[in-house]
Amino acid sequence: MDPIGTLQGPDQPGRQSYMSAMPVNKMQLRLCPGTLCVARGSRDIKAALEQELTRRNLRDRVQVLMADCSGLCSSGPIMEALPERVLYSRLTPQHVPLIVEEHVAKGRIVDELVVKNGQPAIPVPLMKDTDFYSRQRLIVLRNRGLIDAESIDEYIAFDGYAALAKALQEMTPQSVVETVKSSGLRGRGGAGFRTGVKWEACRQSDRFPKYIICNGDEGDPGAFMDRAVMEGDPHSVLEGMAIAGYAVGAERGSIYVRAEYPLAIERLEKAISDARNYGLLGKDILDSGFDFDIEIYPGAGAFVCGEETALIQSLQGLRGAPRHRPPFPVQSGLFGCPTVINNVETFANINPIILNGADWFAAIGTKDSKGTKVFALTGAVNNVGLVEVPMGTSLGSLIFDIGGGIRNKRRFKAVQIGGPSGGCIPSGLEHLVIDYESLRGAGAMMGSGGVVVMDQTTCMVDTARFFTTFLMEESCGKCTSCREGLKVMHDKLTDIVEGRGTEGDVQFLEGLARHVGTISSCGLGKTAPNPVLSTIRYFRDEYDAHIHEKHCPALSCVDLIDFRVIEDKCAKCGLCHKRCPSDAIVWKKKEVAWIDRDKCIKCRMCIKSCRFDAIR
Amino acid sequence: MKASGAVPDKMLWQDVPIIQRGQLDKLDCVIDKYAGESRYLIPALKEAQEIFGYLPEEVQRRLARGFGIPASRVYGVVTFYSFFSMTPRGRHTVRLCLGTACYVKGSKDVLASIVNGTGADVGQTSRDGRFTVEAVRCLGACGLAPVMLVDGCVQAGVTPRDAMRKLDVYQ
Repeated sequence: MDPIGTLQGPDQPGRQSYMSAMPVNKMQLRLCPGTLCVARGSRDIKAALEQELTRRNLRDRVQVLMADCSGLCSSGPIMEALPERVLYSRLTPQHVPLIVEEHVAKGRIVDELVVKNGQPAIPVPLMKDTDFYSRQRLIVLRNRGLIDAESIDEYIAFDGYAALAKALQEMTPQSVVETVKSSGLRGRGGAGFRTGVKWEACRQSDRFPKYIICNGDEGDPGAFMDRAVMEGDPHSVLEGMAIAGYAVGAERGSIYVRAEYPLAIERLEKAISDARNYGLLGKDILDSGFDFDIEIYPGAGAFVCGEETALIQSLQGLRGAPRHRPPFPVQSGLFGCPTVINNVETFANINPIILNGADWFAAIGTKDSKGTKVFALTGAVNNVGLVEVPMGTSLGSLIFDIGGGIRNKRRFKAVQIGGPSGGCIPSGLEHLVIDYESLRGAGAMMGSGGVVVMDQTTCMVDTARFFTTFLMEESCGKCTSCREGLKVMHDKLTDIVEGRGTEGDVQFLEGLARHVGTISSCGLGKTAPNPVLSTIRYFRDEYDAHIHEKHCPALSCVDLIDFRVIEDKCAKCGLCHKRCPSDAIVWKKKEVAWIDRDKCIKCRMCIKSCRFDAIR
Repeated sequence: MKASGAVPDKMLWQDVPIIQRGQLDKLDCVIDKYAGESRYLIPALKEAQEIFGYLPEEVQRRLARGFGIPASRVYGVVTFYSFFSMTPRGRHTVRLCLGTACYVKGSKDVLASIVNGTGADVGQTSRDGRFTVEAVRCLGACGLAPVMLVDGCVQAGVTPRDAMRKLDVYQ
């Protein structure tokens, strides 16, 4: 049985043939080159592996490389051993001799270092069997862990640019548009507009030149899907853009990448230059007479530039202020020309759709939301990382099955989905399925796909204030309702978390939030009240506790905490004393701890370290 | 005594000669590279900031002349995007992520500890010119939360207690 075939399903023909073409006696050890694993030392492990292998004369049997990010970021540094696809996690250079001795030399899997499932933890050697991977369905991340992001040859070996060739040689631009349209693909940037309809509108315009823009300004805090695709599989974005260019009749494309992603910019630059050298970008691609070229435009740090009209302004070297729509970018976009602007993930979906057909794609997902969605699962879950699941998967399955449940044995409280403009969905709604409509109905939105899980130590009022602060700072300032309204909402929320809340504040917030949402012009302002409205809807009791009892149930708002030790609960363990950074806790063996208020800097380190909830 | 000692300290980093001759030549190269095409203003500003460390008014005026656009437009762009700075920087830049995942894991407390320890508020430079403290938007490294970037070097899982200790090595 071929593990590659079983993991990927029968959707991607051609993979097995490539794998079997590799020398069979060659073992590959693939380390993750992602930002997280590198920060935790995957480069040191690579060096240690190479040294150890050379020392034991095994160098020619094993290939060590930095391959693609496998997405299980919380267990990094990750190493995948091919051909079996055994996944080792949390490695350090000290583990290297053991792995070389057991896995490489003797062919035995090192159980204590592989990824574990469930409680009690059972080692799961094969990647395809782990909870984290077994429930995922990979379309956008199809090449994850399989190819070297910097190698165009490996991308081509895995059906890369085959869709571009098929489109150019066998399909008319109209039939490309039809295929994308009937696949039901919707924009993955947040709003969920139908991609095929957008392409068709641009195609029908008889004004030239036309432009393709890839929106890589992934500004939502807690989201890193687009970064992973641009860093891990840059050619899939380029190919999707080239196909879009062919379909609508554009000859130039731009990728707008946020400045915080230097590695993504570097990889995309290399990918573009490789593609030009192979004749897959530039003049007369594959002798079809179709010209298409792509340039990268790094952003300069403004959240609102993720909004399409603001992004177009920024691409022209201006302040990124959104403008009214219509006219939509497909009518008047970059330099006033018809422009298709799609998200990174949307473009990465194009290759499989063209190769496998619209019906194949339309069979995945729910009635109105087709295909899969990539989520960045972060916060208080055990398995932090990047996951791709079919539309229609339940939130509970995402958090508990794939995410492995809540960290530190705490309780699940809420999940924030859709970035700052999304909403908080409370526990009790885990059965909610993921598609555009059901999330909107629950007061959240698909957004670009950031999923931040919160446990009982997160205060929902403070969370609402956090997002409102973020949006207030990122508002471009054009509409009064957004500029001033968010400021007033932020001040009111600050009053509440600092203990100055009064009767009627919640009603005031609700009313103002509705006004901001109705009057503002662009997507940022229209969705800005979501965090406040959704937390009021589901966590009204927390607002009331802050306002009436001057108490923060999550013990997160420092102004509402007494920093007092409850003597009955104190186990006299002294952990708080050890952890306190300002020596404010007086403790002696077998005595109840006591907090010196003059020295206390209210960092809450004691509350976090106390296992007996003895500090309030 | 204490007060008079503090003033020259502050003067020191503000009185550094702002622009040197070689830097201006480099700036002119940047302007020539983009041949005055104003759509490339943002990349040009970035390169200018790499040369000078920040974007003082003189640099903005020179860029405006080079691109043939009003200085007000350059100023508008500089103040709009968070990447650009109009004040001199410290020797080291501390960037603390305040993205949702980091926030949930307590980066607010870490920030308080850094502001306390360095004496520099968010967006400001400490008096000794050692650190510029910035609160940044999500770095996308949520698996390492809370994350701190010191001069581009990632520090993972920072706590209020060890934040200042991690900064000790940067002099």
